[in-house]
Amino acid sequence: MARIAGIDLPKQKKAYIGLTYIYGIGQTSAKLILEKSGIDPNKKVQELTEEEVAKIRSVMTSDFKVEGSLRSEVQQNIKRLMDIGCYRGLRHRRGLPVRGQRTRTNSRTRKGKKRTVAGKKKAPGK
Amino acid sequence: MPRSVKKGPFIDYKLLAKIDKLNETNQKKIVKTWSRASTISPEFVGHTIAVHNGNKMIPVYISENMVGHKLGEFSPTRIFRGHPGTKAEKAARSK
Repeated sequence: MARIAGIDLPKQKKAYIGLTYIYGIGQTSAKLILEKSGIDPNKKVQELTEEEVAKIRSVMTSDFKVEGSLRSEVQQNIKRLMDIGCYRGLRHRRGLPVRGQRTRTNSRTRKGKKRTVAGKKKAPGK
Repeated sequence: MPRSVKKGPFIDYKLLAKIDKLNETNQKKIVKTWSRASTISPEFVGHTIAVHNGNKMIPVYISENMVGHKLGEFSPTRIFRGHPGTKAEKAARSK
């Protein structure tokens, strides 16, 4: 059982795919980690020995920020934007898209599920 | 695309000159500016700058965290007063 950074890796998958189940590790950084610890990326996760897992762990803690600490860093960056009262911070506060996207339609990821507004015409009148 | 590093950050040179003058004489005065595109440099910290938003001058107190942002980011140009027709918004507006 390979358990890294508090995450159980999927046994059946190849090592470089398995590592991407960790928050903050994509395929590129997964390959980098495996290369640095001298492990074949195509080896299955269940075939990894304890020493190899330990090696991955040590490389990851030294070079990458993952899971909890990465999440808190992202949150801190957003909080900083909100605290200084800049435009991006205001958009975060309102839960609207931050990078200048349109909001007349779409942007449902930021705005959440549709809330029907009373009095809004169905067909565009103007 | 970000600005070329070679050029350095853009700061309106008249604004920078005014701030430098205030720093030399240790004064704290509100500086009016229309230059929303100017980057906030470390010299600005502690000053209050009135940034134009197209209508009014919005006073912005520059703190250390703001260095590297642009002045215009702190002076919103649009006011969202709610959508027309929503009752809750109307009640809030009439207060």
